[in-house]
Order: sequence, then C-alpha cells, then structure tokens
Amino acid sequence: MGEVNAGGPLDRRAVVARLLADREDLLVVTGLGSPSYDVMAAGDHDNNYYLWAAMGSAATVGLGLAKAQPDRAVLVVTGDGEMLMGLGALATIAVQNPPNLTIAVLDNGHFGETGMQLSHAGRGIALDRIAASCGFPWTAEIREMEAVDDLRARLGPRRGLKLATIKVVAENAPRVLPPRDGVHIKNPFRMALGHAPI
Amino acid sequence: MTDADQDPDNRHDWKTDVFRVLKASGVKHIVYVPDAGHATALKLAEADDAIQAIVLTTEEEGIGYLAGAWLGGEKGALLLQSSGVGNCINTLALQACARFPLLMVVTLRGDWAEFNAWQNPMGQATEAALRLMGVMTWRADDPKEVAPLLHGAATMAFNGDSACALILGQRLIGEKQWVK
Repeated sequence: MGEVNAGGPLDRRAVVARLLADREDLLVVTGLGSPSYDVMAAGDHDNNYYLWAAMGSAATVGLGLAKAQPDRAVLVVTGDGEMLMGLGALATIAVQNPPNLTIAVLDNGHFGETGMQLSHAGRGIALDRIAASCGFPWTAEIREMEAVDDLRARLGPRRGLKLATIKVVAENAPRVLPPRDGVHIKNPFRMALGHAPI
Repeated sequence: MTDADQDPDNRHDWKTDVFRVLKASGVKHIVYVPDAGHATALKLAEADDAIQAIVLTTEEEGIGYLAGAWLGGEKGALLLQSSGVGNCINTLALQACARFPLLMVVTLRGDWAEFNAWQNPMGQATEAALRLMGVMTWRADDPKEVAPLLHGAATMAFNGDSACALILGQRLIGEKQWVK
C-alpha cells in the first residue's frame, strides 16, 4: 500500500473546462455526483450523457458507446468513488481495448457527495496503476494543468485506450445540476448521432 | 453434460435458437457472464464477426454497456444466470430512468433438480426480483417455446425502450451432473 494520497492540487472545474474546450465531436459520459456537475458547469451539450445513479456504470456506458460509435472519441468523466464501485469494468474494458475511449477519473480521494468520507483512493489505491495492470496502453496520474492539456490532445478516436487519475482538491464546488430526466437527456444525444426516438 | 446435451428424444435445438433469434432481431452486442446453458449462443456469438461478444466480470456491467450501445444507436442483449440477476438490481435503475431496450436471457439455477442448494435463494427469487424492478418476464420450459418467446421479448424491448427478460427454466437446460 502506498502513502496516503488524498486528492491533489488541481481545481476540478478548471480541469473539466480545459478537457472540454473546443470539444468538437467528443462524446461525454459522466459519473453520478460531482463529475456530472463539473461537466454541466462547462456547458450543456447534446453530446453529453449525465448519469444520476447506477453507481459504477459510467465506464461501462462509455465502453458500450465507444463500441457502437468507433469513429467518435468517447470521454468518461467520473470520480474515484464511482470508478471504485465498477473496478471489474477496468478488466472488461482492457480486454476490449477500444482505441476511442478515455476515462478521466477526478480523484479527490473522498466520497464527496456523502460528506467527504475518505475513499480507497484517498487511502492509497491508485486507479491508474490498476488500469495499467489490466493492460490499458496509456495511463497517468495527473497533478498539473499542463498534463491535462496533454491528455486533451490525446482524445482523438484512434489515439488508444486511456485512463488518467486527475488529482483534484477535496472540496465541493457549487452544484450546477444537469437535467435529471434520463429520457430527456437520451433523445437529443441519440438524435445528434442520427438516431430517431422509437 | 446435461440431459439436453444427450438429446434423448431429438429435442428442438433451442440453444441455437437463442443466437439465431437475437441475430434476427438486429442485436449487434452480446454481453455476458457465462453459464453452461448459454454455451452454444456464446460460442456462436464469439465466432460471428458482425457481433460484439463482450465478456463481463459481473452482470451489472452489461446494463451500463447496453445503455451506452443504445446511446450510440445499436442493439444488444445480456446473457446471464439467475445468480447474476441479483448483481444487477440497483443498476436496473439506469434502464428505468433512461428507458433503453434491455433484453436479458436468464438461465435458471435453483429451480428444478438443483444439487447445489446455495443456488436456490437467488434462483427462486429471480423472476420476482426482475418484476419488482420493472422488468417484464417470460418463462420457457419447452424447447419449442424459446424462439417465439425470445422473439416476443426482443420485439417489446426494441419497440418499447423496455426491459424484457426471457427466463430459461432448469428443466429445459437439464440436470447438471456433479458426480461422474
């Protein structure tokens, strides 16, 4: 077990705004809680799908989307607690190795939505090292905005499977709530890809 | 080896029917945690270049995956055993709230002539648990029923953005031989 490593120096809103600047065709899936608010704060978009429940599913939603849309880059933005609940998905995703999928874990080392209890990540579990062990061809632990810029430059649909843990400050930013109606979010997302409602 | 594998009375080939009906329904993604009852469909899926066959570590991964595939415009199905239905319960909220087609094919354990009683609690609760979470269910015990019931479930899933499960009874699948 490594040293206690609870979060880091980066501002989560600034990180997400930087990742999504000039996003072009990028498809985005968010994990429940703060990552959904962070992506909403960067600007609502038809190419965003916000999860409000199904904890642990952000990465698998991203995988299914990446497999169905191989010519589009897919970015999953989630938190360390959400990713920890779907840890097995890292093995499932690594086996598939979709070159258009990137997982950005905003790691504050805490369960922010429930009162800032220290998470496994905050107690030393390194999600990027787990992903690397599973066989992700590119992983990183990011503590500087320059590295966020580098990650953003790698988001193309053929740039390879990636996971980055981005060490952010353990504090709750003001809530910017995306829509909670899952059908309302789904239909524009699908229509933007050329698929009509049933 | 099961009763069905021995095929004592030249029974209808329901195991191939599962794959055939899924493919005819436009399914492009077959996501699964393996079960012996699904072995034929999984072998056919893995061998088909037009099908993404995705092995999961736990069944709820399949619910997220199929939601994502549908967001991207493609149909899929989740193949699992009754024990895996228990793993899916909270994640079924994703289907209830986002309303995407969720087609499940569930092989039952703990249903008939079960040797391992540890399978019984979840097997006995499987259909009720699915219904409690808003999943429509059909049950096949006759080999000839598998294809029409799966066709019906697929039709209602893909035309209704609905959660639909076909449950394959343990008598259909056959008695697992523990001692040879």
